Amino acid sequence: MNGELLTETSAAELARRIRAREVGCVEVAEAYLDRIEALDTKLGCFLTVDRAKTLGQAKAAQDLVDRSEGGSLTGVPIALKDNLSTEGMETTCASKILKGYVPPYDATVVSKLKREGLTILGKSNLDEFAMGTSTENSAFQLTRNPWDLDRSPGGSSGGSAAAVAAGMAPLALGSDTGGSVRQPAALCGVVGFKPTYGRCSRYGLIAFGSSLDQIGPFGKTVEDVALISEVITGHDPMDSTSLSMGPVAAHGLRSGSLKGLKVALPKELFGSGTHPGVAEKIQESIDVLAREGAEFTEISLPSLGFGVTTYYIIAPAEASSNLARFDGVRFGPRSEGKGHIGVVERTRAEGFGHEVKTRIMIGTYALSAGYYDAYYVRAQQVRAMMQQEFNQAFQKYDVVLSPTSPVPAFKLGELTQDPMALKLLDYCTIPANMGGMPGISLNCGFTDGLPVGLQLLAAPLEDEKLLQIAFCVEQALPTATQWPSFS
Amino acid sequence: MSISINEVRHVARLARLELDESEILSFQGELNALIGHFEDIQTIDSSGIEPLSHAVAMQNIWSEDTVAPTLPRDRALANAPISRAGLFVVPTIIED
Repeated sequence: MNGELLTETSAAELARRIRAREVGCVEVAEAYLDRIEALDTKLGCFLTVDRAKTLGQAKAAQDLVDRSEGGSLTGVPIALKDNLSTEGMETTCASKILKGYVPPYDATVVSKLKREGLTILGKSNLDEFAMGTSTENSAFQLTRNPWDLDRSPGGSSGGSAAAVAAGMAPLALGSDTGGSVRQPAALCGVVGFKPTYGRCSRYGLIAFGSSLDQIGPFGKTVEDVALISEVITGHDPMDSTSLSMGPVAAHGLRSGSLKGLKVALPKELFGSGTHPGVAEKIQESIDVLAREGAEFTEISLPSLGFGVTTYYIIAPAEASSNLARFDGVRFGPRSEGKGHIGVVERTRAEGFGHEVKTRIMIGTYALSAGYYDAYYVRAQQVRAMMQQEFNQAFQKYDVVLSPTSPVPAFKLGELTQDPMALKLLDYCTIPANMGGMPGISLNCGFTDGLPVGLQLLAAPLEDEKLLQIAFCVEQALPTATQWPSFS
Repeated sequence: MSISINEVRHVARLARLELDESEILSFQGELNALIGHFEDIQTIDSSGIEPLSHAVAMQNIWSEDTVAPTLPRDRALANAPISRAGLFVVPTIIED
């Protein structure tokens, strides 16, 4: 089998061929490493690739396969967002303040991948500390959208999304604090899934907004995303917010009818800000699903109108606290300065980029004496209202459907001047993080050659149900996997 | 509400960020733009609503207090910008 075909194969199919001994783990890893070498100078998805390490893991995976001890994805390569700690492999969060940092331990998800025998291709680019939705806030490089190299892949997990879209990785992991898995998945035309908060251990994920952060996978199909979710989820005593539940059991996805599926359409997520091409593709999808028997009801969740504000108070507040650890004492570079505070202040001034500083400032302000009640407490109250409204909706409806992003991929540099321009586009993805719900983005077509993402949300803990519904929706939609033509 | 220059200085100090005068001015503009967008939540009637700090209600996660291997000292220190005699070297806190 030639390399080109291997890099256009789903993870499930790759794993099947590996188990059937039709292809070796090393051959698969080489095909992807070669493709990264050939294409990544153009796309900028990866910050670190270590060919020898990857091939060593592939050899070990092959040993597992040869002893018939492999799991569902043994030998399948995967890319990791560079905010996931990898023992012995640099982990930077795309920030100068962590340049050269080599974690002494693996994140729990990384240990799980290694145990299962997946091969790690490298570390993918992101907005610095996952703060952004275009991957343009990386301190090191731009990542380009494989569907149009002048456009952003979305963010903050833009490197992971673009790598899967371009066939440089069959699977990738990202993290989703306000949409950072689902939005780049939408903009790159792949599947992105955020599990229920607490189903995936955050141990070793470098923290941004601890009550919102959740690790999630990218793949070409819902089945791929379900398979990898099963590997990375499950209770972990190292994360005290980890739920006492087993892994997401999603290996048994079944084709099925959508008849009687109750779908809510919150009008707040279908506002006038929706790009006409996106609105058209979402409506076409709704029509297709309705013909298959799904029942749609327009609802109103009034607090969603305050989602962006609530998020941009709570997430920076948590970030301002989490990022206090970067002080140039235990890791990262240390700048010269006067006294202890002078050293810390200059280290942080020189190490953090502008957007990170902005969020630390806004978060510190929102938590400071005199403003705490007006901003932080109030935002938490709105968060409570939002969760309550969703809980009520999920008593009546199976899923909530909306666009993932109100716009398709935007031009690089187009939205960087106004500090609110990009943030105002996050309103469709933020609610899932506020309420801890699982959410998934699927490609539902193209507008002017750019992918359009359809988002489905389910009640907390209904990850399996959501993946099963998404699987049926994917089969009903007439959008067979397409490949960007840049290569 | 709008943020004054002195408040920007105060917040930067709390956040341990050294900013020069031009940055302070630019952050004043940016923070005011952001805060301006945030005013909408002041219009909501949230009286009697219990603030939600965490989406999944959990409390008191206990673990047994057992002795177990931890990271060896040399590996814990490996990323330190300066270490000496098996310790992290911190900047001087109390001047002579």
